[in-house]
Amino acid sequence: MDFAFTDEQEQLRAQARSYLAERFPSERVAELADSEAGWDPRSWRELAEMGWLGVSVLEEHGGAGLGFVEEAILLEELGRALYPGPYFSTVGLALPALGPDELARVVSGEERWSASLDGSLVPDLGIVDRVVVVENGDARAVPAQGEVLETVDSTRRLGRLQPENGTPLAGDASLLRPRALTALAAEAVGVGERALELGVEHAKTREQFGRPIGVYQAVSHTLADSYVETQLARSLAYWAAWCVAEDDPQAQVAAAAAKAYAAEAAVSACERSIQVLGGIGFTWEHVLHRYYKRAQWIQTFGGGAAALRAQVAEALLGTPAAV
Amino acid sequence: VDLRDTPDEAAFRSEVQAWLEANLTDELRGGRFGERRFEQASREWSRKLYDAGYAGLTWPKPYGGAGAPYSYQAIFLEESTKAEAPQHIGVIGLGMAGPTIIAHGTEEQKQRYLPKILSAEEIWCQGFSEPGAGSDLASVRTRAEQRNGGFLVNGQKVWSSFAHIADWCILVTRSDPASERHAGLTYLIVDMHAPGVEVRPLRQLTGEAEFNEIFFTDVEVPAEHMVGAAGEGWSVAMTTLLHERGTLGFALTGVLDVAVRKLIALAREREVADPLLLDRVAQEWIELQALKFTNYRALTQLMKTGIPGPEGSISKLHWSEANQRLTKLALEILGEEAQVVNGDGDWQYQQLRSRGNTIEAGTSEILRSIVAERVLGLPRGR
Repeated sequence: MDFAFTDEQEQLRAQARSYLAERFPSERVAELADSEAGWDPRSWRELAEMGWLGVSVLEEHGGAGLGFVEEAILLEELGRALYPGPYFSTVGLALPALGPDELARVVSGEERWSASLDGSLVPDLGIVDRVVVVENGDARAVPAQGEVLETVDSTRRLGRLQPENGTPLAGDASLLRPRALTALAAEAVGVGERALELGVEHAKTREQFGRPIGVYQAVSHTLADSYVETQLARSLAYWAAWCVAEDDPQAQVAAAAAKAYAAEAAVSACERSIQVLGGIGFTWEHVLHRYYKRAQWIQTFGGGAAALRAQVAEALLGTPAAV
Repeated sequence: VDLRDTPDEAAFRSEVQAWLEANLTDELRGGRFGERRFEQASREWSRKLYDAGYAGLTWPKPYGGAGAPYSYQAIFLEESTKAEAPQHIGVIGLGMAGPTIIAHGTEEQKQRYLPKILSAEEIWCQGFSEPGAGSDLASVRTRAEQRNGGFLVNGQKVWSSFAHIADWCILVTRSDPASERHAGLTYLIVDMHAPGVEVRPLRQLTGEAEFNEIFFTDVEVPAEHMVGAAGEGWSVAMTTLLHERGTLGFALTGVLDVAVRKLIALAREREVADPLLLDRVAQEWIELQALKFTNYRALTQLMKTGIPGPEGSISKLHWSEANQRLTKLALEILGEEAQVVNGDGDWQYQQLRSRGNTIEAGTSEILRSIVAERVLGLPRGR
C-alpha cells in the first residue's frame, strides 16, 4: 500500500507548476478570460511539446504511456492556475472515446476535442475541432458546430451542439463519465487549494484592531475547515484517479464520490476565502471570483453533488437513484 | 501511488483475518470501549493479542515489540476493528505512555515498563487534565516538591480513562513552584497503588463511568520515575499528545467503518426511501472513504519520513464530527424507537457517547487552532 507520488510524478507536478506560473499568472488569466477568444491558442502547441496531451496515450500512438494518475496531477495543477483552454475537454473528457488516428492527432496538438454526455452542453465548443457525442453507451464524432453561450466562468464556455449524425468512434464510451468526474474532482482540488492559499495569505498580512486578522479564531478556524475539506477531497480525487487508471470495479462510485465531495469543498473554500478577504474579495479586480466561478462550473457539470450522492446511495443500498 | 497491499502486507492481512476468525468469540464482538463490565474479558483478549505477537507491532524488538512497519499496525487495526474485536486494554500504555518512554525514557525505564504494557500485565492511565487545566494544559497546578532525592506529589487530575484499574499513571506536574506556563513542569510515572492515590469514578452523560478523577495526597515518587529531565515536562508531554493523535487515525476510521456498515444495513432493513436521508447516508460513506484514504496518505508520509504529516492532524477532527452526524442520522432513521434504551444497534448509546468525541483528545477548537497555526502558518492567537 503506497499513497505517495513517485519522483517522476513529482517532477511532472513541478514542471506543470512552474510552466503555469510563468505563462498563466493570475493577471494573464484575467485578461484571457475577459477576451473574445477566452484563451491563448499558442499554449496548445506548448502543451503538446511538453507531452501533456498524450500522458496516458499508449506509446505506439505517440503518447507517453503513463496513466490517469499523472493526468490527474496535471488537472489539479491546471485547476490551481485556472488554465483557460480545452485540456479538460480534450484529455479529461473526450480522450477514451477516440481511436488510434484521432489519438495521434490529439497528441501532436493538431486536433482538440470535447464531448456531450447524454445531451449535456459542450465545454469549450467554440475552441475545439470535434465533439464526442455519447448516447445510450455509443460514442460518435461530430463537428464542433453550434451556439457558444455566454457563461459565468468565461474561461470554460459552454456550447449547444448542432445535432448531426456523426461517425462512430473506436474508443470505449463507458469510460467517459467516471474519467470526466474524476478529472473535475482533481481540478476542484487545485481550485480549492489555491483559494485557501489566497485566504491564508490575506489573513497573515491584513491588520485590523492592531493585529493580523488570522489571530482571530472566527477567521483562522474557517480557513482550517477549508484545509480539512481540501485534503479530504484530495484523498478522494487520487483514490478515484487510481481506480480509473487501474480499471478498478469501484471506479464508478469512487468517481461520483470524489466529484461530489471535491466540488462542494472547492466552492466552500472559495466562499470562505471571499469572506476572509472582505471587500477586496468581492471585487472584480481580485482573482478570487474567477476561482469561485470555476468551482461552480465544476459543481454543475456532470451532475451536482446531490445527484451524484443519489448514485452513491443507489450503489450502496441497491435502491433506484432518487434525484 | 498503488493502493493495493504489497505481497507481504496481503499475507499479513490474511494471517490476521484467520487469527481473528479462530480466536474472536461472538461474546467479545462489539463491546463498548472502556466499559467496566468488559474488564476481565478485555484483559484476557489483550493477553491473547500479546501471545500472538499483535501487541506493539511497531515497537522495537528488544522491548517485546515486533519491529514491523507502520503499515502492519494499520492493517491490524483495520482488520480487528472490522471484526469488532475489543481493543487491547492497555490503550494508554500502547498509544501514549509507551511511545513517550521509547522517546524520552532511560534504558532501565524501557526494560522495566514496556514489555508489561504489551502483555497487559500492567495497565496505564493518563494524568494530564485538571479541573483548572483542560485545553490549557500549561496551567497545571498538581505540585511535585523535590524531597529526599525524589518527589512529593499533591494535586488532582480529571478525565482519566482506566485510572480505576491502572497500575501506573503518566503525570504532568509543576515541580518548580515559582515557574509559570510551559517552564518548570516535570513528567513523572506514578504508582497508582502508592499510599495517597485515590480514584473516584466520573459518571458521564451516557450514564456510564469511563473516566475518573484522581486525587494525589503526599504521594512519594522516586527520582527514577521521572521521564526526561526535571523542568522539561512540557516537551515530554507533547510527545505523548503527538502519539495520541498520530496513531489514532486508523483505529477511529476503523470504528467509523463498522458504524457506516451498520448504518447502511439499518437503512436497507428499514427500507429508507426518503431522498434526504439517502443523501446523508451516501455523504457518510463518502466521508468515510475520504478519511480512510487520508489516513493512507498520512501513513505513507510516516513510513517515508518517520514524521507524521499534516494529513494526520485532520483525522481526529473530521472523524469526531462525522461520527456525531452519523449517529444522529441513525436515530432519525429509527424514529421513536430511538428513545428505547439498549434498542436496535446500540445507536442511542453511541449517539450520546459521540458528543464526547469533539472534546476528548483535543477539543475541535484546539485542533482547528493547531491546523491554523502549525499547518497553515497563521499567526498565533495566544
